[in-house]
Amino acid sequence: MNYGVEAIGRHSVSLISRIGSFFILIGRLIASLREIHRSFGLILEQFYLVGLKSLPVIVVISIFVGAVSAWQAAYQFKFIGAPPRMLGQGVGKAVVMELAPVLSALAFAGRVGAGITAELGTMRVTEQIDALHSMGINPVRYLVLPRVLACLVMMPFLVIFANFVAIMGALVVSIVGVDITYETFLNGFRDSFKVGDFINGLIKAGVFGLVIGVVGCYEGFSTQGGAHGVGRATTTSVVLSMVLILVFNFISAVILFRL
Amino acid sequence: MTTPLIKVEGLRKSFNGQPILDGVDFEIYRGESVVVIGQSGCGKSVLLKHIMRLLEPDEGRVIFDGQDIGKLSGRDLNEVRLRIGMLFQSAALFDSMTVAENVGLCLKEMRRHTHAERNRIVMEKLELVGLTDAASKKPDEISGGMRKRVGLARAIATDPEMLLYDEPTTGLDPITADLINDLIIDLTQKLDVTSIAVTHDMTAAYKVASRIFMLYEGKIEFDGTPDEIRASDKATVQQFITGRAKGPIKVR
Ligand SMILES: Nc1ncnc2c1ncn2[C@@H]1O[C@H](COP(=O)(O)OP(=O)(O)OP(=O)(O)O)[C@@H](O)[C@H]1O
Ligand SMILES: [Mg+2]
Repeated sequence: MNYGVEAIGRHSVSLISRIGSFFILIGRLIASLREIHRSFGLILEQFYLVGLKSLPVIVVISIFVGAVSAWQAAYQFKFIGAPPRMLGQGVGKAVVMELAPVLSALAFAGRVGAGITAELGTMRVTEQIDALHSMGINPVRYLVLPRVLACLVMMPFLVIFANFVAIMGALVVSIVGVDITYETFLNGFRDSFKVGDFINGLIKAGVFGLVIGVVGCYEGFSTQGGAHGVGRATTTSVVLSMVLILVFNFISAVILFRL
Repeated sequence: MTTPLIKVEGLRKSFNGQPILDGVDFEIYRGESVVVIGQSGCGKSVLLKHIMRLLEPDEGRVIFDGQDIGKLSGRDLNEVRLRIGMLFQSAALFDSMTVAENVGLCLKEMRRHTHAERNRIVMEKLELVGLTDAASKKPDEISGGMRKRVGLARAIATDPEMLLYDEPTTGLDPITADLINDLIIDLTQKLDVTSIAVTHDMTAAYKVASRIFMLYEGKIEFDGTPDEIRASDKATVQQFITGRAKGPIKVR
């Protein structure tokens, strides 16, 4: 009995101290913005590694997301006898507002978030982060700032591509598989498309990128216990980012779209 | 020289409830070359890390050139750290960079040198440790002893006032080890660098040290010159420097 209470106490203390150190890292990150000019080269390098190198994965995922959305929508519409132009409307809304930002972010968490945690975690357990400290180099400025910034900036950029590719995927499926003309689909899409939705999707993407970058760096920096610890930290990083992304996404939907 | 360069006062540190440092006190003056000896796992590396403030003490202070480093942060702390060079026991090289980039990183981040000057300094330091050929290799392409020497070249790249060496010659053949010991002596004598070296090699300790500390049960068990330590009648000290398994010190 007592042991249970004690264990709960211990876990909540460690949870609180983890949340505390998470916010300390955020504080240090904000403070390091003053020296951002010193990390210019590193930032560009991360833009390349985090952004451009994620493009192929995002493109492949988006083609199929668009394709399956069109197929499923057409299948459902068949039963309710919805007019064909609704296909472009429905798929367009779903892709631009939810599917492209959320699914890209989940893929990004798996690819980039995991990579960041594994890299920084290895640097932590092999004393490379201590070595940076010992050389008077601020590891937050040197390692965290470029990665978080790259995630923040590149995620919306990737979502622009994801939107475009997913709509193309849906268009192809509509033409080839559903027998809808190119004009019908695009007219439907144009009817429902709002610039506000698109911007909203990009803002969400930026927030998701920020979450992935900060969580990835935090988990990497707080890694303990050798190779096993790196593995554990990487798993935690990906799971935590994914959960946070989905929770934020839901909250933003509830706030923005009052029923 | 009346004020010590490094002063450690009542340093205590426990890990998971087990005390590792249990009240360490000492002073080191400019130009001294201190060697720290002690059993494996007794806290020598932990002690060096406290001097660089890579670990926070549970109690006690580390004072570098009159400043309590526990009270420094941000730029002030980095400035102190730049005055101290450290060779890690594991070398702790950046594995994404070449040997030359490792050695040059600190200079690059200081932004006081041109590219050409930096290259010259890097090659000069690599030459001191006998590694000019490995300049463009990655850390995982060189041997353990080579990594150690790259770590040493990196530690001395910015010509710091003080150097902390964690087992600089472990894993080196006797000839290379002697080269490194000579280098450490040269740095102390010619450039007036103050140093603290951890070593298990008693020959090197006698050769390099102006003072030897023996760390035992979390405290400085012995503090004296090489001659004094040889003449010491403490049983623990004699057991350690002559290397016998039997005696008051138990292998845990
Ligand atoms: N980060 C840490 N977390 C937990 N325990 C630690 C940590 N660092 C060191 N220790 C413990 O502190 C003790 C002293 O470690 P330290 O690395 O200083 O030994 P050492 O004297 O340098 O030994 P060696 O000669 O083998 O290098 C060890 O028992 C080690 O388990
Ligand atoms: Mg050690």
